[in-house]
Amino acid sequence: MPFLRILLLRLLTTAITLAGVAVIVFFVIRVVPGNPIAMMLPPGATEADIARLSALYGLDKPLVAQFGIWLAGVVQGDFGTSITTRQPVLDLVLGRLPATLELSIMALVMACLLGGVAALTGTRFRGGRTEGAIDVANGMALSVPDFLWGLVLILLFGVLVPVFHISGRVTPSMDLPFATNFYLFESLIRLRFDLWADIVAHMFMPALALAIPLAAIIGQLLKQSLKETMNLDYVTLARTKGYGESRVILREALRNAALPTLTLVGVQFTFLIGGTVIIERLFSYEGLGNMAIDAVINRDLPLIQGIVILFAVIFTAVNLIVDLLYTVLNPRLRHG
Amino acid sequence: MAEAKPIDGRSLIRRRAGARLWLSAGWLTLLCAVALLAPWIAPKDPLAQDLFLGRLPPFWVQGTEPGYWLGTDSLGRDVLSRILHGARVALAVALVAGTITCLVGATLGLMAGFLRGWVDMVISRLIDIWMAFPPVLFSILLIAVLGPGLWSIIIAIVVIDWTRFARVIRAEAMAQGAMDYVASARVAGRGRIGTMLREILPNVLPTIVVLLTLEMGIAVIVEAILSFVNLSISTDDPTWGGMIAEGRTSVHQAWWVLVFPLITLFLTVLSFSQLGEGLKDRFDPVLR
Repeated sequence: MPFLRILLLRLLTTAITLAGVAVIVFFVIRVVPGNPIAMMLPPGATEADIARLSALYGLDKPLVAQFGIWLAGVVQGDFGTSITTRQPVLDLVLGRLPATLELSIMALVMACLLGGVAALTGTRFRGGRTEGAIDVANGMALSVPDFLWGLVLILLFGVLVPVFHISGRVTPSMDLPFATNFYLFESLIRLRFDLWADIVAHMFMPALALAIPLAAIIGQLLKQSLKETMNLDYVTLARTKGYGESRVILREALRNAALPTLTLVGVQFTFLIGGTVIIERLFSYEGLGNMAIDAVINRDLPLIQGIVILFAVIFTAVNLIVDLLYTVLNPRLRHG
Repeated sequence: MAEAKPIDGRSLIRRRAGARLWLSAGWLTLLCAVALLAPWIAPKDPLAQDLFLGRLPPFWVQGTEPGYWLGTDSLGRDVLSRILHGARVALAVALVAGTITCLVGATLGLMAGFLRGWVDMVISRLIDIWMAFPPVLFSILLIAVLGPGLWSIIIAIVVIDWTRFARVIRAEAMAQGAMDYVASARVAGRGRIGTMLREILPNVLPTIVVLLTLEMGIAVIVEAILSFVNLSISTDDPTWGGMIAEGRTSVHQAWWVLVFPLITLFLTVLSFSQLGEGLKDRFDPVLR
């Protein structure tokens, strides 16, 4: 019963948040100077042409009426038509979403691996030089944002030792037999390992750039809770049984230390997804973020709206799932 | 032995914190001096183009021209002079945007955390809504609305980042508000606003200073990202982000156009962040 109440309450606040995002983005982008319709038409178009096309996109009505029409459409799954490509916004956005999802998830996995290894190594050799080195590396990784790590990686592995591709999602000359836009996933399923390797070589650096700051956060927090767990009685008991230090850390301490880190990873994951916007731009990766920046530059209002709303939905969904998971996993909250 | 170790570790942390505090403060002071003196110490005019001197390598590489220490970009502009002038925009944005963001965010956070009630409800809802926007996209959108320019960047940073302060200060003010000294101040006859400003504010001030330092580093990055997307101030003025954007396109022909502004930006962001972390340790009663 309390779980259901928490769920309903969270759903309500999520709805308010999304409505707020919709209102803000709709009215902010309508203040953007520059008439998108005038930019669409060839030079020499008459005032009447502009007026006709504006009417077609509903841009001649008062703002509040435009908002009503747009919102009514959104509720029915119609996000309008992109001004630059003249395709439905929903199709465009959903076409790019898989690329961004694959990049974010790959980055998340990398961050968990890197951060986990750092924390475990630091705990195993705590108090020594190794831990000191890991702390310094963590501090650096945490201080510098993904955008700069991306540039550093481009120089290191794109120019100095060119092992990875620095732009795009897949080599353009390759034949793509895919039915969906989940290239990474589908190439595995179709056992096309040549394609898979090519896609990974494109995704590796943008994903790593996104992963580095998060890996540092995971490493720091997990190490701290591991250290606290290592002083608990049940761990001492495991030691007296004669288990080795590595086994005690991996088999006994890790399980209990992981929960606080897990909840933090959820919140940080939304920051990581937000970071894809500029990282995709930096690596010319054809995802949502890159499309969003183009949409702003081209003043493609319906497309901007659609992308921002989709990001907001993803962010709030991740937060919601994390909150609920935490309630389920943490017995103290469940019975509270 | 088990008890001696943490004390030892703590003094080690303190010594390391001291070193990084001084190193980062040193770099930032140097940068301030460079920004102030840029017109006098820059060896060349940062805007002067010379197509015959395009893509000159830095001084230790063969085929360079004396006077162009760090080489030139594709239009023949001196990289060193542009970095020195770029420090002006970076630091102006860091100081002004950081301070205004801090004032706005900390005020709202303090009000939400201490006054509670409907004030807290409104501010917390706003924070939730803000957290649902991808920040980079939001800033690009705002620049599209406001038009390029130094003040547009500053406004965009304030509009986007006030939640960083508001979130933390709200939680701190809430924790402080539950303490006994606040109750006794109220009993002694101090009003709500008076208590907030005289009792709570001094106690959250260390946190505000740390956040402000971190925010300055973030502001420098935001400016660089916006110039990278070509939406910062006018394209003529040298900015680190603009130089990086140009360097990114010609990275295979002229790596130095990317490397030098990148190193400068990297060190600056690292310094702001390390300064903030160092201050945090200084203020932390447990470590002290």
